[in-house]
Amino acid sequence: MIYLDNAATTVRKPDTVAEAMVKALQGWGNSSRGVHDTSLQAARGIYSARCKAAAFFGCRRPDHVAFASNITESLNVAISGLLRPGDRAITTALEHNSVLRPLYRLQDEQRLDLAIVPADSQGCLDYKSLEEALRQETKAVICTHASNLTGNVVDLRRVSELAHKSGALLIADCAQTAGTRPVDMEDLGIDVLCFTGHKGLLGPQGTGGLCAREGLNWRPFKVGGTGVQSYSRTQPQLMPTVLEAGTLNGPGIAGLSAALDYISSVGLDKIAQRESELTQRFYSGVRDIQGVTVYGDFSRERAAVVALNIADLDSGAVADVLAEDYGIAVRAGAHCAPLMHKALGTQERGAVRFSFSWFTEDAEIDAAVLAVREIAERT
Amino acid sequence: MTKRLWLVITFPSTTAAMAMESYCQKHDLPGRLIPVPTSITAECGMCWRAPIESRDLFDVAVADDVVSGGCFYELWL
Repeated sequence: MIYLDNAATTVRKPDTVAEAMVKALQGWGNSSRGVHDTSLQAARGIYSARCKAAAFFGCRRPDHVAFASNITESLNVAISGLLRPGDRAITTALEHNSVLRPLYRLQDEQRLDLAIVPADSQGCLDYKSLEEALRQETKAVICTHASNLTGNVVDLRRVSELAHKSGALLIADCAQTAGTRPVDMEDLGIDVLCFTGHKGLLGPQGTGGLCAREGLNWRPFKVGGTGVQSYSRTQPQLMPTVLEAGTLNGPGIAGLSAALDYISSVGLDKIAQRESELTQRFYSGVRDIQGVTVYGDFSRERAAVVALNIADLDSGAVADVLAEDYGIAVRAGAHCAPLMHKALGTQERGAVRFSFSWFTEDAEIDAAVLAVREIAERT
Repeated sequence: MTKRLWLVITFPSTTAAMAMESYCQKHDLPGRLIPVPTSITAECGMCWRAPIESRDLFDVAVADDVVSGGCFYELWL
């Protein structure tokens, strides 16, 4: 199987990830639930992962890294934790449902005043519309770093400058960029950086989290056991405890920690360069094939994602042929990005998404290009 | 079990306790993490216990803001 669905999850991981998880499964107790050696091993391992994640994302304080089970949870924690009834928030047409649905729910249930900044037919964010939308008092801008459908990268520094000028926070969805390019919250002006562990970070599923700047007033999305302040009726307000009710995913975080070590040893710049080469190799191979429509802006920096359609074929049918006849795994359909498909005009049939990782080989790209060409020629 | 006077430092969170342990190892400060004594109304379930005579050594930890939000106690344990 040629696996080109890395925007959904990476399958090839560093060996050290599984090794670290097995070690944690067989030796770690419950962090923050005891002071015996097995509990402390877990607490130490998780603290070490916090420190690594903080350094990785440019978060000033390790205790402002809160772990979650995935980025959907991180985004729910951030959105529900910082927005209050009647607040105004701005998001974009590039967003995944992990951003849109929490916002729609607040709009329906808590009178959230929600504005959605449009994208053009190439899927690029309309920054002018963002600036105009920010003229009203706004609590937060929730914005992806890169579209999971087109791979277009958003200029978050520009977004944060606009947001901060209006006194709004920037909550960034870094699902498609964490681990594939340098993402520094201080450098980009991100107030809350949400990440997942199982995509570009090459860690296990069931991991993710957020990095927050100091001084935010959190209303925790979930409350419960923390191992501290047990007689308090309310959730402790201190980070990261305020956002981490319940037992943490120790083995998963151990795997994520090993993945962060691996990426640091390779170097983010090197990974970004490699993924850019893979993306260009694929794009160059398919863009001129008759009947193929490629979506997105390839004139600027981008994530390692290429979405396309072939003639008038259903995207699901193309993905099925790729899997059954060529052994190539890709993702078809709507990709949980309804507004992006609307902007691209592909809401009826979706698109076929090819996405690459550090472990993707040139020969796999070439095989995928050949497969697309053959399908197009048969159509 | 013979009781002895100890220096006890509490923390507001497990993460803060982990930061303290890491700091003490790095700076070669004595002590180890233990369950918080019930005589203390503590916020975190674990605390740092060190020989009472080492009290002055921990001034550096205070200066470096490692024990922010915590408290110092002298306890017979």
